[in-house]
Amino acid sequence: MKAAVKSALKNKAAKPVVWLVCLTPLTYLVAIGPDGWGANPVEMFNRFLGDWGLRGILLTLCITPLAKITGQPGILRFRRLIGLFAFAYVCLHLSSYVVFDQFFDVAAIWKDIVKRNFITVGMISFVLLVPLAVTSTQGFKRRLGARGWQRLHRLIYVIAMGAVLHNIMMVKANYTEATIHAVILAALLGWRISQSAHRMSISGKQPEISA
Amino acid sequence: MLIKVRKSWELKDSDVTAQSLYLNRRQIMAGAGIAIATAALPSLAFGKAYDSAVKTKYGDDETLTSFKDITSYNNFYEFGTDKRDPSRTARALTTKPWSIKVEGECNKPGTYNLEDILKNQTVEERVYRLRCVEAWSMVIPWNGIPMANILSQFEPNSNAKYVQFDTLFRPEEMWGQKRRFLTWPYQEALRMDEAMHPLTLAAIGLYGDTLPKQNGAPIRLVVPWKYGFKSIKSIVAIRFTRRRPKTSWNMMNAREYGFYANVNPAVDHPRWAQDRERRIGDFFKTDTKLFNGYASEVASLYDGMNLRTNY
Repeated sequence: MKAAVKSALKNKAAKPVVWLVCLTPLTYLVAIGPDGWGANPVEMFNRFLGDWGLRGILLTLCITPLAKITGQPGILRFRRLIGLFAFAYVCLHLSSYVVFDQFFDVAAIWKDIVKRNFITVGMISFVLLVPLAVTSTQGFKRRLGARGWQRLHRLIYVIAMGAVLHNIMMVKANYTEATIHAVILAALLGWRISQSAHRMSISGKQPEISA
Repeated sequence: MLIKVRKSWELKDSDVTAQSLYLNRRQIMAGAGIAIATAALPSLAFGKAYDSAVKTKYGDDETLTSFKDITSYNNFYEFGTDKRDPSRTARALTTKPWSIKVEGECNKPGTYNLEDILKNQTVEERVYRLRCVEAWSMVIPWNGIPMANILSQFEPNSNAKYVQFDTLFRPEEMWGQKRRFLTWPYQEALRMDEAMHPLTLAAIGLYGDTLPKQNGAPIRLVVPWKYGFKSIKSIVAIRFTRRRPKTSWNMMNAREYGFYANVNPAVDHPRWAQDRERRIGDFFKTDTKLFNGYASEVASLYDGMNLRTNY
């Protein structure tokens, strides 16, 4: 079983499959057409694309724990792709707001960013996400060095918290979905904290052992 | 000397069809129908409930929002928080029989059947703008009766300063009430002068037909100069009070939802800019008007009041 999964992950078809899966929400949005968009398509687009941007970020954060827990490091080679898809949905979400909702009204957008806390948080998270997308290439990884690159990309934890907060803050009364997103993020961050605590306890003991 | 100046929305006595005549319209028409060519009969036989509602001049210059949009994009949390939920699940609601409990500072408290309350009332058509606090709006052709005509039947006394309305609480039919999105039953209230204002409507239909369940059947409040959440749906209780009653959204978040909730482009909401709105069906936003464009009729209700603090 484990070997089969391992070879499947290495299969040439694996990447196109991941592409297709990542394109599913966008395909769905286009496929349902005006009838499915309902009476207020602008609101529908904003929320749908925002939801999938956030879910994409959460999915990206799932990759490392999944690889470790299942013992399938092959999964890791999809992390960049999924992360960039998340960025693409976030960009579409922002575009929908800028183009459809505000129609490039810079003054109104600025007023929103300054006055409406959930938009402030969302915009900061977006700005922080840009350098991560830009430096996602192998070239940048080399230039920044493994340690520098990793340090920069730890920003994703702050961004994910910002995105979840942005989601919670826009809710009027029904917190079900936002809570699910928050719980998933808490679990993913919790796993990382326990891992690093574990590593520290090991490295902390090492001098004693060697001594 | 008191000179009565007829406002644009007011009716001349000659415009009014008595409810009795109105309710008998089918018999009358059936009688007439014998003489009419048979080709004309189907449209008469299958006419809508309020086809003959008295037209008023309100909203003459407005483009109506489509029936489909009005009935599939609803904030009615009793049937779920997604705006598509009510159109999918409100059919579970039983609206017959329907009674309304009347309490408080009035001479005729009691429990009334809806038909009795509506007896002898003239149904009008009023095309009103509806402005939601979420910065979208619609133009809806309501069929209804001035709320003043409903409330005066119960003879509110001089102690009645406010009137409170409750929505039905029936979780087995309104699934959203099994969750605590808001405190149930939903309740709203108006100052008496607001409730008795000629613009304030008790709606029982739209687009000439019986009110769809997702829009608050069988009877709802419509206060066109206030944000939509004030216009409470599916009313089962009316309470005349001395003190200002608690209202649902205000209890949930007082900073965001005030008691008055008058449409006001100058008073921003923490979540939505209120200076503009998207008319459902339009791509570009339009400017929001003070009191939703009804200032000439209602601004005097708030003379001397600070609208920024009394939002």
